[in-house]
Amino acid sequence: MTALPAKTAKKLGLAIDLDTCVGCHACVINCKEWNTSNYGVPLSDVNAYGAAPVGTFLNRVHTFEAKSEGCNAQTVHFPKSCLHCEDAPCVTVCPTGASYKRSEDGIVLVNEDKCMGCGLCAWACPYGARELDQLAGVMKKCTLCIDRIYNENIPEIDRVPACVRTCPAGARHFGDFADPDSNVSKLSAERGGIALMEAQGTRPVNRYLPPRPKTDITGEGKIAVSAPALAPGIPEPGGFLGWLDKALEKL
Amino acid sequence: MPAFDQPALDTSPKVSDEIRKTTCYMCACRCGINVHMQNGKVKYIEGNRDHPVNKGVLCAKGSAGIMQHYAPSRLKAPMKRVGERGEGKFEEITWDEAFGIAESWLRPIRETNPEKLAFFTGRDQSQSLTSWWAQAFGTPNYAAHGGFCSVNMAAAGIYTMGGAFWEFGAPDWERSKLFMIFGVAEDHDSNPIKIGIGKLKANGAKIIGVNPIRTGYNAVADEWVGITPGTDGLFILALIHELFKAGKIDLDYLSRYTNAPFLVNGDEKSPEHGLFLRDGDGKPQVLDRATGKPVAFDKKGIKADMAGTWRHAGATHRPVLQLMAEKYLSPDHAPEKVAETCGIAVDQIKRIAAELAHVAFEEEIVIDQPWTDWKGEKHAQMIGRPVTFHAMRGISAHSNGFQTCRALHVLQILLGSVEVPGGFRFKPPYPKPVEAHPKPHAGVNPGAALNGPHLGFVRGPEDLLLKEDGSPSRIDKAFTWENPMSSHGLMHMVISNAHAGDPYKIDTLFMYMANMSWNSSMNTGEVMKMLTDKDASGDYVIPRIIYSDAYSSEMVAFADLILPDTTYLERHDCISLLDRPICEADAAADSIRWPVVEPDRDVRGFQSALIQLGSRLGLPGMVNKDGSAKFADYADYIQNHERRPGVGPLAGFRGPDGTGKGRGAPNPNQIQAYIDNGGFWVDHIPEGSAFFKPWNADYQDWAVSRGIYDAPQPYVFSLYVETMQKFRLAAEGHGDHQPPEHLREQLKTAMDPLPVWWPPFEGTLVDTAEYPYHALTQRPMAMYHSWGTQNAWLRQLHGANPLFVSGEISESHGFKPGDWARVTSHHGEITVPVVRMDALNGKTMWTWNAIGKRAGAWALQEDAIEAKRGFLMNYLINELLPERGDGMRWSNSDPITGQAAWFDLRVKIANIGPKPDGISLPQHLAQQSPVGKGPKNVAYGEDF
Amino acid sequence: MHPAPSVIIFTALSGLGFGMMFFLGFGLPMVTGWGAFWYYLTAYALAVGGLLASTLHLGNPKNAIHAFSQWRTSWLSREGVAAVITLLVTAIHAIGLIFLAERFQIVGWISGALALATVFTTSKIYNQLKTVPRWNMPLTPILFLTYALAGGALLTGQITTAAVLLLVLTGLQVAVWQMGDKAFGAAGHNIATATGLGNLGKVRLLEGPHSSPNYLLTEMVYVVGRKHAMKLRAIASVTLGLVPAAILLVLPFNPALAAFAVLSHFIGLFAARWLFFAEAEHVVGLYYDKR
Ligand SMILES: Nc1nc2c(c(=O)[nH]1)N[C@H]1C(S)=C(S)[C@@H](COP(=O)(O)OP(=O)(O)OC[C@H]3O[C@@H](n4cnc5c(=O)[nH]c(N)nc54)[C@H](O)[C@@H]3O)O[C@H]1N2
Ligand SMILES: Nc1nc2c(c(=O)[nH]1)N[C@H]1C(S)=C(S)[C@@H](COP(=O)(O)OP(=O)(O)OC[C@H]3O[C@@H](n4cnc5c(=O)[nH]c(N)nc54)[C@H](O)[C@@H]3O)O[C@H]1N2
Ligand code: SF4
Ligand code: SF4
Ligand code: SF4
Ligand code: SF4
Ligand code: SF4
Ligand SMILES: [Mo]
Repeated sequence: MTALPAKTAKKLGLAIDLDTCVGCHACVINCKEWNTSNYGVPLSDVNAYGAAPVGTFLNRVHTFEAKSEGCNAQTVHFPKSCLHCEDAPCVTVCPTGASYKRSEDGIVLVNEDKCMGCGLCAWACPYGARELDQLAGVMKKCTLCIDRIYNENIPEIDRVPACVRTCPAGARHFGDFADPDSNVSKLSAERGGIALMEAQGTRPVNRYLPPRPKTDITGEGKIAVSAPALAPGIPEPGGFLGWLDKALEKL
Repeated sequence: MPAFDQPALDTSPKVSDEIRKTTCYMCACRCGINVHMQNGKVKYIEGNRDHPVNKGVLCAKGSAGIMQHYAPSRLKAPMKRVGERGEGKFEEITWDEAFGIAESWLRPIRETNPEKLAFFTGRDQSQSLTSWWAQAFGTPNYAAHGGFCSVNMAAAGIYTMGGAFWEFGAPDWERSKLFMIFGVAEDHDSNPIKIGIGKLKANGAKIIGVNPIRTGYNAVADEWVGITPGTDGLFILALIHELFKAGKIDLDYLSRYTNAPFLVNGDEKSPEHGLFLRDGDGKPQVLDRATGKPVAFDKKGIKADMAGTWRHAGATHRPVLQLMAEKYLSPDHAPEKVAETCGIAVDQIKRIAAELAHVAFEEEIVIDQPWTDWKGEKHAQMIGRPVTFHAMRGISAHSNGFQTCRALHVLQILLGSVEVPGGFRFKPPYPKPVEAHPKPHAGVNPGAALNGPHLGFVRGPEDLLLKEDGSPSRIDKAFTWENPMSSHGLMHMVISNAHAGDPYKIDTLFMYMANMSWNSSMNTGEVMKMLTDKDASGDYVIPRIIYSDAYSSEMVAFADLILPDTTYLERHDCISLLDRPICEADAAADSIRWPVVEPDRDVRGFQSALIQLGSRLGLPGMVNKDGSAKFADYADYIQNHERRPGVGPLAGFRGPDGTGKGRGAPNPNQIQAYIDNGGFWVDHIPEGSAFFKPWNADYQDWAVSRGIYDAPQPYVFSLYVETMQKFRLAAEGHGDHQPPEHLREQLKTAMDPLPVWWPPFEGTLVDTAEYPYHALTQRPMAMYHSWGTQNAWLRQLHGANPLFVSGEISESHGFKPGDWARVTSHHGEITVPVVRMDALNGKTMWTWNAIGKRAGAWALQEDAIEAKRGFLMNYLINELLPERGDGMRWSNSDPITGQAAWFDLRVKIANIGPKPDGISLPQHLAQQSPVGKGPKNVAYGEDF
Repeated sequence: MHPAPSVIIFTALSGLGFGMMFFLGFGLPMVTGWGAFWYYLTAYALAVGGLLASTLHLGNPKNAIHAFSQWRTSWLSREGVAAVITLLVTAIHAIGLIFLAERFQIVGWISGALALATVFTTSKIYNQLKTVPRWNMPLTPILFLTYALAGGALLTGQITTAAVLLLVLTGLQVAVWQMGDKAFGAAGHNIATATGLGNLGKVRLLEGPHSSPNYLLTEMVYVVGRKHAMKLRAIASVTLGLVPAAILLVLPFNPALAAFAVLSHFIGLFAARWLFFAEAEHVVGLYYDKR
């Protein structure tokens, strides 16, 4: 049903740490691997071995570069999947009722039995989090691994999204943003987690933890001085032996 | 309609019928995987949480294993070539026929002249088997790919401290507070490094990335040092200069655990010049601070005096530390002097030195863990210096790589941060001193085995592999005066030497798992010509080529006989302590692969095929007395072969009852025990033994009990490598073993027993005004060399590779988005698409490695993006340097180890504007696909 | 946005069809029998043809039936419902005119109003999308309505009304183009807000997440050359209203000329509608550094 729930009991989502993401695409492929044979129809790959393959993915990693005048440039790897928005425009535009936001945990899903593949929800999403599967013609998006996180056939420790479990650097954190004491709420508070394109009014649940400041990039374009250069401990080059002798004596 | 009629969802669907635990082989990192099976098909692969390597995580490649396992490019049966080499026309044959052909080629060689076989292996992990086989065959011409990969790192580490960064050890990720990573894009420890970086980040440690390119690990580093390629040695020596100047070195550590106090002969005229003063037992001498007299370095209770000198037999002997101080305190090593060459600000060098010193000495870690050293001295605590380094090919794939890698290991030792809490720690079977490694062997006897292992560590000129006439014993010219310490061989020289018949002609080239006609060769265009070149009588110059691959790669098209391997999910494998194991700093570990899926084609695990071929040839160790085969297949070998009594390929579950650790008789249920244990075996090092391993008596005893050593092997680190001085002495005319005249000067400079720096060769031989820029490659984390391309999922990520050029180059050449470039080296030219990148050393351009493909390969459509737009940098790199004016072409390698200097490449670039056809150059005629082409679409998962 | 023929045909034709139904509903022109038949046939052909074309855009048309269910929230659903009701109510009116020679006036008025409402719902499908600032302007529904009215007037032979509306439409379209050109910037979205990395400096895409195309790129990141767009705008502004209005106002009525006026309007309409999609930039392009 495409009306949004007035309030969801939980706000499940991801905190993605841009300071730690090394851009390895592990989350991209493990997501594909899990989801192609679980929730809904497979995530197809058209022209898979041809000139320009076009496959459906629920998670993609972009690489950006940022540079201020006179400073070193910085590279940032930027994973992007559905942000499970509180005011999800993709849900309200859906004519069939296929798109919906779950009232218990806020997960935004597509019910493939109803989806007619009109694509409007993908148009409504500012973040490019929805892709229409080219073979099946139904809309695909991140399910927050709904078939993992509650799955009683999976050991408890593994009841997290596939992308979170696989991320080698530990850059992806899963939890409940409605609970201020959850891991993700705390991380986001500590690190100043940000929401993407707030002006769109979507109120994303997912948060991005921004890169920490770099020693080699400062406002003046100079290297920050976090420790002064070493004071010569030895009076002059010729004095090394004398210093050595004294130092050895102290051992 | 009710407001929220959500569909009912089954949130607990069945995941799979069964989980089979084995080892990933989408790359050489060897992570543990849980393979979920449903209806007999692979449904999902995830990381094994219990596994020592990956602890549950899985990279992109590992997660794409399904697409590799079911790839349409898989070879289906043995094949013999029916067209011309390079065309890709084959006929499928039976295994019996294939073995028959191989036997008919190899038997006569073995009986007459075993050196006519060159057997080289690539990305495999069974070097303990393949080297054993080659030794039994009797050819001296065996090596794996280490020579073009990272022998500089491995050899420098082993000669310096009995183990290198890389696979032999790892930073103490839990405790380290400052981590510097040099020249790494991905490395073999793919997942462990990422897990480690995650831990450092979580602990608030600082990461400094030294790399001309700021991507991947360097992108998340807290500080980036965008160094000029090939100058790391200079930078590191400047850090050492600063530390010496400030007296920030760990004297206690140096005096106990290194050869810093060893007395060195200072008499320049003496044949002993630069060698250690030794006592009657051959033990190096140090000055005893109490008596002022020389004593054996390992005498219990002495304090070495590194400030004194000793005159003996007319020569002044000085401790190594004094030689170092003299060398590195020189103003030539001052930050001010090197900053410009390195492209690093003086301030940054100084501050990094200060931070290293600060963390090492002011943030020291103390663990209340008593331990006893090998001399019997007791220590109440373990003191740690939480500074760590890691480095890989960025510093090693240069012609000054060995000495640069030495410099970095030396820096870490000076800070006292090896094998201490928070520092760099070895993984068993390391630490392992040079003395515990074999020397190289090349003694050939027709019809019999080689006189010893092929590869090893020379201790002096007498160990070089030269024939009576001084010519190289090996086809790759390893262990000669040109590259005396080439411990891994020089695989990149094999095809060109065999083609040139220099040092001699061979008959059969046998290769395994190496795409040598394509991305693993320098000079790709020429190498393809060498492989197809014919002599006057119309025969191929390299007469016969046998190759084992699992997929329809570029190299397949150039072979005469193909032995098709299985995929990694279909065979037995053994990740052995005898080879490149998967140990942790806290534990010994090894693992297996086993057929979690049975092959549905007429293919065989190559190791099984090799053993079967060996027994057909009657090779020693592979047949019983009655001539029957000793091992049915690889699984049989893994379980029953003994390298030394009680020590075999797998260390776990040994002995008839399966309780033996490291030692014990073969166990007929060993493989099953591994399977039941999740595919691996771990044995934790007792707590008091986990640090100071080279000197820790408890560790040494534990290692002996596990079969890692047969007797304790304590040793001290070699800041000063005496072996190298022996080569220098030879170059100066001392001793019986004399180098050819033209190599004397090179040996004198290169074989410095203390780390030095010289500019990369290519840059000194080309006109740098004409070729002002550096061109590099990096491994994409989501692709493994050429394998990734056949993978329907991975090829969507990196199907084409742009050339990233620095902002500086971009501006000076007016590159706009969409422009293409012509890039030219002294040797070749490519035409490629360009992208601007600012987080890049100004004089540098780079691309992803091994993305470009030959049309027709890998069962892709011929217009695949990889073939049309993708490209290889390798066309620009030559295995030989430009002419020096001495009439000779020197090899483009490190003069010590022969490591291929991939990253010395110098280029110029021209903006050619947009290229409307979007096709990169050069292009090659398509090869035919012996396995057909992949299907149009894939929708994996339909069956579940 | 990808200027897919299905959506261009859908919006253009259904707008014309419902525009005609508006006038017919209000008895303009007042026709019965065969005359009414031909008018209504044209209107239905256009409206239904347009709607059918829109289903070509569906990946999974077998579920299209569900599209009527979400009228509470979804403009696309409302459009479907409104279209069906309009077609039904209009049918009653048409049956009266054609077969009974009788005009159910109230029904006619309702059908006319519904026709306009339907066009409004169509416009809202696009107008509601904050992700496409060029569409997310108050003028979008007015533009769609004006298109429908002008086209409807033209096709129902309301010469003067048509001429005036066509001129208004031309002015409006030109104004919308101009305002549209500023809309993306005015909405305040850029690569810095999209990534949240603006504090680090000027942000650029270094490497996309995939080297091959994907759905997002082909569907939403259509880049049209500026020169090409300007040419089309010029053609559209002349053919859309100026030429037909001139013919209607200046030249004496002549069926061939009328047909030419209609043809000219069609050319303008399709050019403008192609531009409506092709020039519309979706904010997702920011993640690909393509705008
Ligand atoms: N995903 C993936 N993993 C792999 C592989 C793969 O193909 N794909 N291959 C495996 C193999 S065989 C190997 S050998 C390892 C290699 O692993 P790496 O050592 O990480 O090798 P490269 O990707 O070649 O990266 C070399 C790095 O050195 C930098 N560099 C080049 N020149 C210099 C220099 O002069 N100074 C400094 N400081 N940096 C420099 C380059 O910018 C680049 O970042 O990776 C292994 N792991
Ligand atoms: N420009 C440039 N070139 C480089 C480098 C660089 O940094 N820059 N790096 C160099 C380095 S360090 C290396 S290690 C080389 C690596 O280069 P290669 O050793 O050539 O590595 P791959 O391309 O992976 O080729 C290995 C072959 O093994 C096959 N294979 C895969 N799986 C199996 C299997 O299970 N069984 C068998 N039998 N075969 C299999 C693959 O199909 C492929 O043909 O590249 C080198 N080339
Ligand atoms: S797996 Fe983790 S580190 Fe790798 S790209 Fe995804 S978020 Fe980044
Ligand atoms: S990110 Fe996009 S798809 Fe996900 S809830 Fe928000 S608007 Fe919908
Ligand atoms: S594509 Fe499917 S989910 Fe999306 S709006 Fe259309 S019907 Fe709804
Ligand atoms: S939560 Fe699941 S579906 Fe969503 S991106 Fe991660 S793996 Fe993919
Ligand atoms: S790093 Fe990736 S590909 Fe390599 S073994 Fe581990 S999971 Fe497999
Ligand atoms: Mo390598």
